[in-house]
Amino acid sequence: MQMNRRSFLQMSALAGGGFALSLYSSPLAAAQGATAPPDLTPQAFIHIAPDGVVTIMARASESGQGMRNMLPMLIAEELDVDWKDVRVQQAELNEKIYGHQFSGGSANTPQGWEPMRRVGAAGRQLLIAAAAETWGVPVAECTTQSGRVLHAASGRSASYGQLASKAAALPAPALSSIQLKDPKDYRIIGHSQPGVDTHAIVTGKPLYGIDVQLPGMLYASIEKAPVFAGKVKSANIERIKTLPGVRHVLVIDGGITPAAFTPWEPGMEPGIAIVADTWWQAQQARKQLKVDWDLGPAASQSSEGFNNRAKELLAAPPATTVRKYGDVDAALKSSAKVVEATYQFPFIAHVTMEPQGATAHWKDGKLEMWSTSTLPADGRALVAKTLGIQESDITTHMVRSGGSFGRRLQNDYLVEAAWISKQIDAPVKLLWSREDDIAHDPFRPGATVGLKGGLDAQGKLTAWRHHFVTFGDGKHATSGGGMGQDSYPAGFPPAYALYTSMQPLMLRTGALRAPGDNAYCWVAQSFLDEMAAAAGRDPLEFQLELLGNTRPPWTSGEHDAVGDHEPTGPSVLIPERFKGVLELVAEKSGWAHRPKEPGRGMGIAVWFCHLGYFAEVADVSVDSANRVTVNRVWAAGDVGSQIINPRAAESMGYGGVIEGMSHLGQEITLVDGKIQQSNFHNHPLMRMRQAPKIEVYWRKTDYAPTGLGEPTLPPILPAVGNAIFAATGKRIRTIPLSNSGFSWA
Amino acid sequence: MPLKLTVNNVVKTVDVPPDTPLLWVLRDVLDLKGAKFGCGMGVCGACTVLVGGHAVRSCMTHVGSVTDPITTIEGLSEDERHPVQLAWEALDVPQCGYCQSGQIMSATALLARTPHPTDAEIDTAMSGNLCRCGTYPRIREAIHQAAQAGATAPTK
Repeated sequence: MQMNRRSFLQMSALAGGGFALSLYSSPLAAAQGATAPPDLTPQAFIHIAPDGVVTIMARASESGQGMRNMLPMLIAEELDVDWKDVRVQQAELNEKIYGHQFSGGSANTPQGWEPMRRVGAAGRQLLIAAAAETWGVPVAECTTQSGRVLHAASGRSASYGQLASKAAALPAPALSSIQLKDPKDYRIIGHSQPGVDTHAIVTGKPLYGIDVQLPGMLYASIEKAPVFAGKVKSANIERIKTLPGVRHVLVIDGGITPAAFTPWEPGMEPGIAIVADTWWQAQQARKQLKVDWDLGPAASQSSEGFNNRAKELLAAPPATTVRKYGDVDAALKSSAKVVEATYQFPFIAHVTMEPQGATAHWKDGKLEMWSTSTLPADGRALVAKTLGIQESDITTHMVRSGGSFGRRLQNDYLVEAAWISKQIDAPVKLLWSREDDIAHDPFRPGATVGLKGGLDAQGKLTAWRHHFVTFGDGKHATSGGGMGQDSYPAGFPPAYALYTSMQPLMLRTGALRAPGDNAYCWVAQSFLDEMAAAAGRDPLEFQLELLGNTRPPWTSGEHDAVGDHEPTGPSVLIPERFKGVLELVAEKSGWAHRPKEPGRGMGIAVWFCHLGYFAEVADVSVDSANRVTVNRVWAAGDVGSQIINPRAAESMGYGGVIEGMSHLGQEITLVDGKIQQSNFHNHPLMRMRQAPKIEVYWRKTDYAPTGLGEPTLPPILPAVGNAIFAATGKRIRTIPLSNSGFSWA
Repeated sequence: MPLKLTVNNVVKTVDVPPDTPLLWVLRDVLDLKGAKFGCGMGVCGACTVLVGGHAVRSCMTHVGSVTDPITTIEGLSEDERHPVQLAWEALDVPQCGYCQSGQIMSATALLARTPHPTDAEIDTAMSGNLCRCGTYPRIREAIHQAAQAGATAPTK
């Protein structure tokens, strides 16, 4: 195992992008504790039955990105077995033997690529050693093929099933010493393997968190204040206890004091839990609840107030300088042309198709949990802390979820289920309604951004001034609302400044797929398009020129490792890769010869995040009522040397594009501290009739493979916005589209 | 008062208030977990089942109002090899997969009345089923593939 604690923490920075360091490093550090990660062994991950069926443990949680396939495929490839003989089993939470069990930040590919292949190769080496010992022949004379060890000289062979028990008893080799396959010999990696759960999904088998069923299980639903962290003063609890099916009514005091900055996993929100024989009965009883709430200070918050304060902050000198080089103000003053614009993006909710929930069973001082968390070790730690029990008294089963998109990095629903189960001393399944899910989401925070860009007489970018008005207490940006010093185009304009100012926010926020990047890309790539238009230049050519600038040296460290290694440095944009995907998408979309007609346009955008590079072009029609149709999208990605599971990878491309389009139509607003949106009718997702034709292309480069959960998403927002500009001459500077006078057709 | 339901060709008796949504009777009384809860107001389609061959939103359907036979994804085929299921598997449609039971039931209802739908007909029939992961291009492709394979009604 090459990954030491130091590189693991570096990876966390990589995984989240620079800004997200605070977001991911804290859970990672907590999960890693003070000790180094364990040495991984093939025995932990690989179990071979006498009949040759190979069971491979999937260490990461699955919420739709294909982690249950991808990581086991890496092991199976180097183990040298046929995929048809492999059964994948979800591991329980046990980081002592599986290493870090985390699905987020598009990190499983870069973090698993090397160690998982080494685990498989070590398993193969053990099987060879067992055969060589049995036959009394040198290890070097043995080879493997499709689950058998062969000794060509004597014509002997044995199946892995025959050798397994002997191999399992041998000492595991040091993973770092193991020879890996030449990629040209891959028979599993690089070949599409269908999802290991697909058959269960299409036949309706119980599979998800919501499907967990235990004998004697009760069902819980929680009524919370309409305002963040509002507390229960009184309620008609005795009356509710008499309603059909109701077994328990519990008041949750909660542990959150609303403040200008709300930490990640702030604690339980107050409320009233109703436990009944069925979930529907609990829901019906909820409708009869009459609660007198102490709404607390968060009731003073409103979107209007946030917007007004953001305008004041934009007009004032910025509070903090994140990065500055060159004399931006002087460069702007001497520019031939200055473009100034304010961009604004809203809070949005995760709305996973499966609402939040969990099942817990407290029995005889021990807790068993069925968790959909993508950070399950953090969930266990939080439960132990909240309930005042030992982590060693908790068993965590990792259950497939109906989507995470960053939502299940937080474990609030898990703690609630565990707390209720302990209170009532019975197994309980907690399920949030969709309305609960939206009202109590850790939202993607909104922001307002003031931009100034300068052009010289030749139409070259001279300066970029970026004032990011976000939320926080002045020292800490709200989760998912910070901005790092390397956010593009930092480093490329000859003079540059990134400033932030903050206003207080008494709300939970968090990471949502491509956190930060899902909005910062829209801001930067829209404004670059705006600058190109002001210069009278093609936006592709304008950006390629910018990427050619010699940049000041990076302060943050070395580049990603080149070649067949896990990346080791911080997240650093490599201009050649950025240009590469832009050029590829331009070629595939016919950018140079794009038709220009009223009401129809194409837009281009590119981004780097979570170690992946994506450029996207959208072809958009806008009708006379400003209704927008995205006809077609081309996406070009560079995630290194190897696409591990091609069909699933392409699906990630489709998913990023369609989700990004959804972001252009969503908005969470507050009045008197109350969230105004409640379900899919007013926080919509794209529907089938709105989904464009999408083509995904790969640019293979000589870098270690990286993940696809996130980098596919960001470019589509500005690509669509820039296409609307090309079609109509109107610039989208405020999203959702409805706030700029447009809507989806 | 006990209610009689025909679910996947089997007559079941359930003792629940007649205004209970069919979804919760299927999931929590009859232990058929295929239909999913997504919104509770009929706007996402995750709970779609067939009643008398028509795709309905079971989260909005009172169990007491159901007289026609009900088909859930568990009863779509005897051998788990309905052409729609096979197409979904062949193209590996799901990402998180949570909405796919509802998608498959809506697609089955569509193909039963329109054996060879156009893209436009697919868009119309399937736009009541949300997919948060964005599998729409794959679903479209899978419906065409199932149509070619001759998907019709549930085969159980």
